[in-house]
Amino acid sequence: MASIDPIISVQRLTKKFGTFTAVDAISFEVMKGEIFGFLGANGAGKTTAMKILIGISRPTSGTATVAGYDIYKETEQIKKSIGYMSQRFSLYNDLTIRENIEFFGGIYGLTQHQIRDKGEALVEKLGLQDNYKRPISDLPLGWKQKLAFSIALLHDPRIIFLDEPTGGVDPVTRRIFWNMIYEAAHRGVTIFVTTHYMDEAEYCNRVSMMVDGKIEALDSPGRLKDKYGVTSMNEVFVRLARNQTRGKDA
Amino acid sequence: MEIEIENISKSFGDVQALDSVSFDVKAGELFGLIGPDGGGKTTLFRILTTLMLPDSGHAVVAGHPLTDYHAIRRSVGYMPGRFSLYPDLSVEENLNFFASIFGTTVEENYELIRDIYVQIEPFAKRRAGALSGGMKQKLALCCALVHKPAVLFLDEPTTGVDPVSRKEFWAMLDRLRQDGMAILVSTAYMDEASLCDRVALIQQGKILTADTTENITATFGQPLFAIRTRNVYGVTLDIQTYPFTQSIYPFGEYLHYTDKREKADPNELQRFLRDKGHTDIELSVIKPTIEDAFMALAEKEL
Repeated sequence: MASIDPIISVQRLTKKFGTFTAVDAISFEVMKGEIFGFLGANGAGKTTAMKILIGISRPTSGTATVAGYDIYKETEQIKKSIGYMSQRFSLYNDLTIRENIEFFGGIYGLTQHQIRDKGEALVEKLGLQDNYKRPISDLPLGWKQKLAFSIALLHDPRIIFLDEPTGGVDPVTRRIFWNMIYEAAHRGVTIFVTTHYMDEAEYCNRVSMMVDGKIEALDSPGRLKDKYGVTSMNEVFVRLARNQTRGKDA
Repeated sequence: MEIEIENISKSFGDVQALDSVSFDVKAGELFGLIGPDGGGKTTLFRILTTLMLPDSGHAVVAGHPLTDYHAIRRSVGYMPGRFSLYPDLSVEENLNFFASIFGTTVEENYELIRDIYVQIEPFAKRRAGALSGGMKQKLALCCALVHKPAVLFLDEPTTGVDPVSRKEFWAMLDRLRQDGMAILVSTAYMDEASLCDRVALIQQGKILTADTTENITATFGQPLFAIRTRNVYGVTLDIQTYPFTQSIYPFGEYLHYTDKREKADPNELQRFLRDKGHTDIELSVIKPTIEDAFMALAEKEL
């Protein structure tokens, strides 16, 4: 359940690469337990902004705190407080389910004991007991994504960052995945998600729309649709993103 | 028919990638092959473009059987899912290269690619590897079209592409179809089905159905309700305890509910939810979308 306490707080965050301003003085807050959709066209600056928030890229200027930690000085604490999964990188294909759980549990600093207990609970909940010792590569994509999401939550992070988590996944699994997101949000985990599926934008409590490095709109899907006088988030997206100048040039 | 596919099967070890796939595509038709990753779409494209042999079954592409691969390769354009141009050659050099291996020139078929090429022409001297995603995609499409193919294969051209660029890409395909080209395009985005003349829905190597989207959704045959509520998670949990629930899934700003029975009364479900304490429920009987139909067909198959 979303509260009114910000867990991510961003003020005039900027990232420049040479003369190119990838992220241009963005400011926003994400509340605890909120499902926050971070939208934008290809090249709008989403990935750059996300890298700063998860503590792996240093901004040029501006301030931000994530889970109460400063993005300049406390990146290690940030990394311990968050989970991350993306479509491109989630789990190691050549490792078994068990090895992946041990590996990621270890990285996030869980004890052997915790890894075993939490790992067993996770595998049981997903119904993957029979596949525990099989390599990840044997699993269908949808299962991999569900498992990756569960593993990213293994260390009980306060925030989980999801970068296009459902690309290419079949429609039923995509929705089961979203039910898992709702469940995590219900337990108080904050969800920060990017997606190109505009029906998924509707599932968010609030969404921001980045255009050319700036946040051009930020509100609930319902209010954004009212504001632009349209009936779907797809139309909101097209209305805002078609003004983008980046990506039009090579 | 520009593409005729009859009972094509293909296995890799004990994984059956394609299981007796059949459908056909006419000249001037924009045909969508729609399904999730791992469904067999790319394997079918590789077979139809003669890069791989099927284990069994037959296909005719642009009037030639699969065994006549020289003739097929001259007659088809293929844009694979992964960027497949030469990153170290410039935009212009890539285009000239593809024209020359097909024994033609860019000038000869310029009319066909003009609308797309003018958008990348300002960067003609730039290395292809240094283009943005959208521009790479336009160049790849030009290269696939430069020899004026009778049949065009596009493998997931819009994957990972934002909604604005997707819209532009589909507008380009619409213009090409009007020139009489047969286009087979694969996608994991269900909403793109409505932009195709006909579609085949594919999952785990099997064609679930092949028809127009109108005909596919007309066979849905189950009660389907849309529910709007602020408490999506709570309503989902409670509906799972309703004895007649077939499925309950989020669909944009709504939840879609299907009922196990042939007929269902929406008021009954409304009362059930009110008794559970949900007072903000808006419930309506709706027509299925192609995604509803895909999900229902996929569940029957499993």
